[in-house]
Order: sequence, then structure tokens, then C-alpha cells
Amino acid sequence: MTDPVDVLIVGAGASGAAVAWSLAETRMRIVCLEQGDWMNPAEYPSAGRDWEARAFSDMSISPNRRKRETDYPVNDANSPISVANFNAVGGSTILYAGHFPRFHPSDFRVRTLDGVADDWPIDYRTLEPYYAENDRMMGVSGLAGDPAYPPKESVMPPVPLGRAGQAIAEGFNKLGWHWWPSDTAIATETYDGRDKCINLGACSSGCAQGAKASTDITYWPHAVRAGVEVRTRCRVREITTNGNGMASGVVYYDRDGVEQFQPAEVVIVACNGVGTPRLLLNSTSGRFPNGVANTSGLVGKNLMFHPYASIQGIFDEPLDGYRGPGVCIWSQEFYETDPSRGFVRGYTYEINRGRGPVATALTGMFSGRIPFGEGHHEAYRQLFSRIAGMVGICEDLPEEHNTVTLDPELTDGHGIPAPKIDYTLSENSRRMLDHAVARATEVLTAAGAKDVITEAPIGVGGWHLMGTARMGTDPERSVVNEWGRAHDVKNLFIVDGSIFVTSAGVNPTRTIQALALYIADSMKKRLANLFD
Amino acid sequence: MPDTIATDNPFTADEQRTLLALVGAVIPASAEFGTPGADDPAIAADILATARPYHATVAIALDQIESTAAKRYDAAYSDLDASTRAGIASDLSRSRFAGVRTLVTITAQCYYRDDRVMRSLGMAPRSPYPDGFDIPQGDWSLLEPVRQRGRIYKEV
Repeated sequence: MTDPVDVLIVGAGASGAAVAWSLAETRMRIVCLEQGDWMNPAEYPSAGRDWEARAFSDMSISPNRRKRETDYPVNDANSPISVANFNAVGGSTILYAGHFPRFHPSDFRVRTLDGVADDWPIDYRTLEPYYAENDRMMGVSGLAGDPAYPPKESVMPPVPLGRAGQAIAEGFNKLGWHWWPSDTAIATETYDGRDKCINLGACSSGCAQGAKASTDITYWPHAVRAGVEVRTRCRVREITTNGNGMASGVVYYDRDGVEQFQPAEVVIVACNGVGTPRLLLNSTSGRFPNGVANTSGLVGKNLMFHPYASIQGIFDEPLDGYRGPGVCIWSQEFYETDPSRGFVRGYTYEINRGRGPVATALTGMFSGRIPFGEGHHEAYRQLFSRIAGMVGICEDLPEEHNTVTLDPELTDGHGIPAPKIDYTLSENSRRMLDHAVARATEVLTAAGAKDVITEAPIGVGGWHLMGTARMGTDPERSVVNEWGRAHDVKNLFIVDGSIFVTSAGVNPTRTIQALALYIADSMKKRLANLFD
Repeated sequence: MPDTIATDNPFTADEQRTLLALVGAVIPASAEFGTPGADDPAIAADILATARPYHATVAIALDQIESTAAKRYDAAYSDLDASTRAGIASDLSRSRFAGVRTLVTITAQCYYRDDRVMRSLGMAPRSPYPDGFDIPQGDWSLLEPVRQRGRIYKEV
């Protein structure tokens, strides 16, 4: 047994880093257990000639393809969307693109506004100061004044429009539709020890420049300097509880594969929408036979992805191609519910600049636009640096039949049951995807595209994992309360995307981190009676 | 076999013959653009090295390719003309045989990082880091009509 700690955090990703940094000022003894490693940016793909190929192998977004020792397998055979994640200090922020939108005020009131799903127990105003604090810690670039949002400041100027952004912005303007420079977690100026973006174009395989805000280079250096201990290659098997129904610590395997018990006064779970329910469901006892904190039976239920539509135009003129961050501009023209569209809620368009030479070849060859053999090179040159478009990121509504459970057979390298995903695309999502494809095609055509390539949903696009330990005030209808504490276990907290009540139509990381800071602040304000 | 192909790879001589015949048919050399084919010795060696971890999958695909050649033309795949070989590869890449897609993917990965190919596309043959690339700022005045339209978010 190792020495007891005050706070034990499981997972060093987006939320684990934020909550650790915030709690560090309490001077409590805080330890974070992370199954992955510290990453070395000098080894990221963009530092090598094989930068595109590695996105198919050791830096793939899919743990099943990547198969690093630090990964766990995911059985997502029963889902049209497969899980994307990364296991390391920094978690999936290592591989995210850095799209960094906030939720909108309406996203917290879905039940009230549209009669579907549930309202959150908190609102936009509650999170607003934590959004701002997180923006400073992560270093957010953007342009103030976006009419799709309440007023908010930006820390740094936006990423360049570039040729692709300009062409597509002109398309939006022709239709009179909203667009705005994206808020990005990419430093456009030197910031907090990070260098500025130099347009490497491989953001989603790790940023060798250190311009992209992965938490290993944002929150963690500050948290570690403040005394937080990060133990890497430590995979947690279960949360243990005592006779009083309180969490007593965790059982984990250390880097040598040796089973350890880490006692703790407070346990914080930060493993996101698949890892968190997996851990809770695997933490069974006499008091919690169906998994810890699962009296409601909702742990692992209501899994939400964001179904993505990809709509890419082919232009006559060269655009940005392989250069520049994938993030560029966004449009929230179709964000709020309009009953005439045939679905509730809405989506965001995120404009993609282009793609690399390998991705261009594969897009062309597998869509039939580049022939095998004769004519290959001529057709290739009609696409190279001429593809630009967007993705539509659709709000996914919670449905209890979309689940994360424990696979009865598949296990990770330590014998811990792997997560099993059962997910069905709803009719609402299907209609929203169709709408996103149709409207984006209009935009790209207006922008001058001569051809459009579409995919909906993107099969490998399970980047966002939410809803599987939802927040609420009713213990029968939620897993954690309105400040992240498990209803069932008063010293167990969850701070990641699993506590989302609804998914909104935007990337979740900024909200996950704002929630983590809000929960940390709630804990600090209640330290004297935290377990009451 | 080209002598640049490593001898410690798991591919048999027959598999290498089929693989080279396939990749050279999928991406042939071009005199017009001054580019090698994917069966160029250096590129082929890269393909074989990259395909090693996927040998089991690729070997099944190569066997399927030979079976298809035998069934359709009663000939070894490598004995067919380039157009016919490309046609078989194209057909199988659209079928349920994931291995052919894997092989085509690896071929593209290795081909489009070759110095000669990158230069032919106007790219500097280098990694993105550390020099990066330039992107024009673009015309931010395009935002004016968006600003003029005013607020679109829903206050609650």
C-alpha cells in the first residue's frame, strides 16, 4: 500500500489537468494516476517525413488501430461511429484539432426550449467565469464579437483565414449565412512558454511546435510546479469503498504491472465518456453490486457522440492544401432549433483547410475520382491542394439505449474488461446530418466548388464521448449532483464529459474543462463540509 | 527482385512479385510529370517495410489478387498487362477485401513522401516541422456583412 493522499485523480487529460491545477492551491496532497506516458513532442509525426502515415498507425485516433501498450481496446462493433481517444498525459488533447467553441446559453436549457432531453442543473452564466479562466490557461485564439455568442474575449488573434477560409467565407456571404473565425486552442503568438503556430498542418497527430494547447504543456507544468504528483503508466482497475459507503482509494497496476492500492480521502474520476463508466462499472462491491455510484442505473447509459458529416469541395484553384491548422472558421447558421427543418436542435460547421498529399490520394482513389493506373497523375493534380470543405458537428440527444458496458470477453493488457459500445444513430441525427450535407453543398457551390465529396456519419469520428454519468439534482435520474459529486458516494467526484446532460452541437473540450474548474471551485468553497 | 528490398521481411518471393506488380499498376511512372512508379526500387522497399506489421492482412489480399487473376484470365497476376492489373486492384479495393485497401493505403503513404514525387508537386521534400509553412491572413473585411446582420444566438 502506498501512502494515503488527500486527492486522487484518475486520468491526466483535459479535465484531470484542469481540476488538479485548480485544487493545487489548497496545498492538499494530490496524486494523478495516468495509464499513458508523458509525450515527447520532438517525436510527433510532423517532425518526420512519414507524418501522414503515422496517423494510420501509432498516432491513429483509434485505440484499436494504435494498439499502444498504454491503450485499452474498445469493442465498438455495434456502433456506426467508432471511438477516438488518446491515452497519455494530456489525454485526447494530444490529438485533438484544437477546435475550441463554448456551449451556447440555449444548450443548457434543451428541455425548456425544445421539449427534449433534460435541462442542465447549471447554466451558461454559471460556467462563464470558468470558461474565461480556462481560456487563459489554455491560451485561446479567436476574434471577439461573434454574433452567435454572448460577448467573450479572446486571448490571442485568430488563426489566418488562408485561401481556403477566404473562399468558403465568400460562399457563406453569398448566401447571407453566419460565419466567424473559429476559437482555437492554438497559440497564434508566443504564450505561456509555448511557441506560436507555424502552420505545420498536422495538429491531429500532436503539435511538434507546442503551439496547440494540449494539457501536458498548459495545465500540467503549472500543476506539477504547485506540488501535484503525476504517476504515469498507472492503470486504475477499480475504485474501492469502505463500510460507510465512502471511496477509500483505488486499485491500480503500476508501470511494472504490480497491483497497488492507493488510499485517498477524495477520488476524482477524469477518464471521459467511455473510460469513466468503464471504471465505475468495474468497481463492484456488496454495497454497489452494479458498479460504484450506480444506484440510478444510469452509469454507462445515454452515451452521446457528435455525429459528423463531412462535406468537401473540389476547387479549380489551389487553396491551402497540407498547410496550416485544420481549424479555420465556423458557421452556426443552423445551430438553434427551427421546426421547419424536421429535426430539433442543430449543428456547427467547422471549415477544414485542406489535406495532405497522401490523404488527397486516398480520398481521390477511394471515391473513384483518381483512377488506378492510367490517368492517375493527371487526376491527382486536379485534387492536390484543391480540396477544402467542412464538417457538420451535430448535437446528439441522450438516449438510454446508447451504452457503454463491460465487454464479457475482451480485456486490456492487465485483464481489465474492455468497454463495449452499443450505439444507434437516431432519426433526429440522421435528418440533421442530411440537412448539414445539403446546406454545406450549397455553400461550397457558392464558393466555387465544382464537385463535392460527402460522408455522413464519419465512421471513425467518435471524438466526443459524453453523457454516461450525467449530472442532475435527482439521484434517480442522474449520477452526480450539480457540482460533480456522486449522489451515492460523497467523496467521489466526476469532472469529465461523462457528466454532460446534453451534448450541444460543438466540440466539448472547452466545456469539459470549464466544468472541471467549476467543480474544483465548488469543492474548495466546501472544504470544511465537503462530505455533508 | 530489386536489391534494395530487405531480405528480412516476411513477404515471400511470390508475394513480393505480386505486390510489386500491383503497386506499379496502381501508380505507374509518368514521363509527363517526371515521376517514378510505385514499383520504383526505393518506393517499393519503403512499401514492403511499411507493410511488415500488416503482413497477415496484406498476404491474404495478395492471395486474393492472384486468385482473381487466375479466375478471370487464367494467368499469374504479374503476367497481366498494367491496365488489367490496375482494374483488378480497383475492383478489389471496392469489395469486401479490406487487405487490398490496406495495401493501396500503404502504397499512397510511401509514394507521396518520396522526394521526387514531392518535388513534382511543388513541395519541398521535408517534414512540416521545424520550418512550417506560410498561410495568408486573408481578407478580414469579409466579416462586415456578418457583423451587420447582428446577434443570432438565443438568449435564455
